[in-house]
This record gives sequence, structure tokens and C-alpha cells, in this order.
Amino acid sequence: MLPRQKLFAILISIGLILVIVDLVRRKKLKEEYSWLWLMSGVTIFILAIWYDLLAAIGNFIGVIVPTSTLFFFGLVFLVLISLHFSVKVSSLTNQVKKLAQELAILKERAKKD
Amino acid sequence: MANGSKFLIIIPAYNEAENIPSLVEEIRKYFSTADILIVDDGSSDGTRDVARASNVKVISLPFNLGYGDALQTGYKYALRNGYDFVVQMDGDGQHDPAYIKSLLDRVMDDEADIALGSRFLGESQVYKMGVLRRIGSIFFSIIASMITGQRITDPTSGFQAMNRKVFSFYASDIYPSDFPDADVIILSRFYGFRIKEIQVRMRESKGKKSMHSGLKPIYYVFKMFLSILVTILRGKMKGGM
Repeated sequence: MLPRQKLFAILISIGLILVIVDLVRRKKLKEEYSWLWLMSGVTIFILAIWYDLLAAIGNFIGVIVPTSTLFFFGLVFLVLISLHFSVKVSSLTNQVKKLAQELAILKERAKKD
Repeated sequence: MANGSKFLIIIPAYNEAENIPSLVEEIRKYFSTADILIVDDGSSDGTRDVARASNVKVISLPFNLGYGDALQTGYKYALRNGYDFVVQMDGDGQHDPAYIKSLLDRVMDDEADIALGSRFLGESQVYKMGVLRRIGSIFFSIIASMITGQRITDPTSGFQAMNRKVFSFYASDIYPSDFPDADVIILSRFYGFRIKEIQVRMRESKGKKSMHSGLKPIYYVFKMFLSILVTILRGKMKGGM
């Protein structure tokens, strides 16, 4: 990895980690969601400073250019987090449905009394 | 018809302001004192006010949830208010109230837990529907018949009567309320409910827009497949059918 690539990757990961921690501190991001993002920031950081690990993983999964490993895991992470959100949206939809049904039934009862 | 048992007629309605008054009036011809519940599914055409003026019970959802969720709201209402039987019918006038009695009789006399109004049973009437929908309907009727082990001619029918056991079950989270259809029949069969089809006549829907238009049929087929598949998988996990 070129020194410039390395520096860039390290800066990005540190920036990402700082932003996430700050969002959690200001209660803009729930802890529940932060861990996945933090993990990705830390992973990028480790892979950026520890080139041999990156090369070893790349070698293991059969990539030719080690930096592709970074992109590959970036993609895998994005897919996972999207899936996580889909699950979350499904459960939220279900909760909203129940609330709406409950509200409508209670409103009808309130009108009757 | 058994005396002393309470039944509720549930009509989920989304933008049916034009059809509700005549439908209610028609039902009243057969059942002058029946409890009718209109579940207004977040309509924008004043369905709620029209329904309230029709001397029926009205539940109004705060926003549009979709047919299945609106229907389920009705089941939940029936459950909490101590009804013994439920009849469900569409708000577009497609289902003829003349057949409510024959559907109800089947469940009240305990011949079945669910009575399905079928437009294809017996001497078939000429019922106009699109080619795609016709193929889908035949297709799912074959699948539903195979899986349930009994002949189901009209699995997409929303004209049904059921007893309290069934609508308690439908009020729970197991009910696939985002798009209930043939999969509900299969699910119900898996849970051991007795299903009986009754011949009914259906009329042309007065609504302008069909539920089965545009890309909907493709989504419908896909969703039905998936839903039936997971129903079977869940059934297996529960320890067989």
C-alpha cells in the first residue's frame, strides 16, 4: 500500500470513529446501532496500519491487489448493515401497525362512552 | 341460524364513500339489527363521515395500513367486544349481502370453522376478470387444494364467515396481515381449522381501480409463493401439519 493510501485510510477511519462516538455522546445515534459502525471504523484502522494482516487476508480470499480487500469488506459491511436496517424497519412497521390499530379501536371506544 | 350468538359484519374500506351507504342499506334488508363495523383505512374521500352517518360502528385508522391490516383491526375489535362470529366482506359492493346468511349458517351450525364464499363453486357464473388474474386464481386454487388436501376453488375470496376461534387466531401476530390471501387458507388448515366453501355470486366491483393492476400481479404471485413456502416451513417446524 502506498504511504498516501495508508495515511488516507487511517485518517478516514479515525474520523469515522470520532464522528460515531460524538453522535452517541449527543444521543443522536443509539448505542444499539453504533457498534456495527464502530466495528467498521476500527477494522479499517487496523487493516490500514497493519499491512501484513491485510495482505494475508487478501491472500487467503484470493485477491490480487491487497487494497481490494478493504473495498471488499467495505461492501460486505454495507450489505450487512442494510440487512440489519431491513430487519429493523420490518419490526418498526409491525409496531406502527399495532399502534395504529390500537389507537383506532380505543378512539371508537372513547366515542361510545 | 343459532339464536343468542353475536355476530359482527366487518367491512374494510379504503376510499369507498360512494359504495358504503348502498351496501349498508342492502345488508340492513337482510339483517336489520346486525352489528356492522366499517374499518376506514385512512381514506381521503370522506369514507369515515359517510360511514358514521350510516348508523354503523366505525373504526378509523389514522393512516392507510392496507387491506389485511384493516381487516385484522376488525378481528381485534370483534375479539375484545365479545363477538362469537364474524363475517367479512369487501366495501366495493362486489360481495352480495344475500349470501351472508348461508355463510354464517355454516359456521353457526358448526359445520366448519371458516366458510369461504366461492364464485367458482357449482354452476360457474360468467365472472369477468383479467387473463392474468384468472390464471393466477386457477394456479393458486390448485396449489391451495394440493397443500390443504381439500378442493379450494376460490382461495382469493375475501367474502368469509368464521367463528371466534378463527378470528382470535387472525388477530394474533401469525396472521400475514400485509397481504392476506391464499396463504391464510393454507395457514388456517395447518392450524387445524375446518374450511368449507359455499357458492356465492359476485358482482362486478364498482370501484374504478382494481387491486390487481399494474405491477401488482407480479408482486402478488411472488408474495404468495414466499408466504406459502414459509407457512409450510413453519408448519414443519411446529411438528408437521
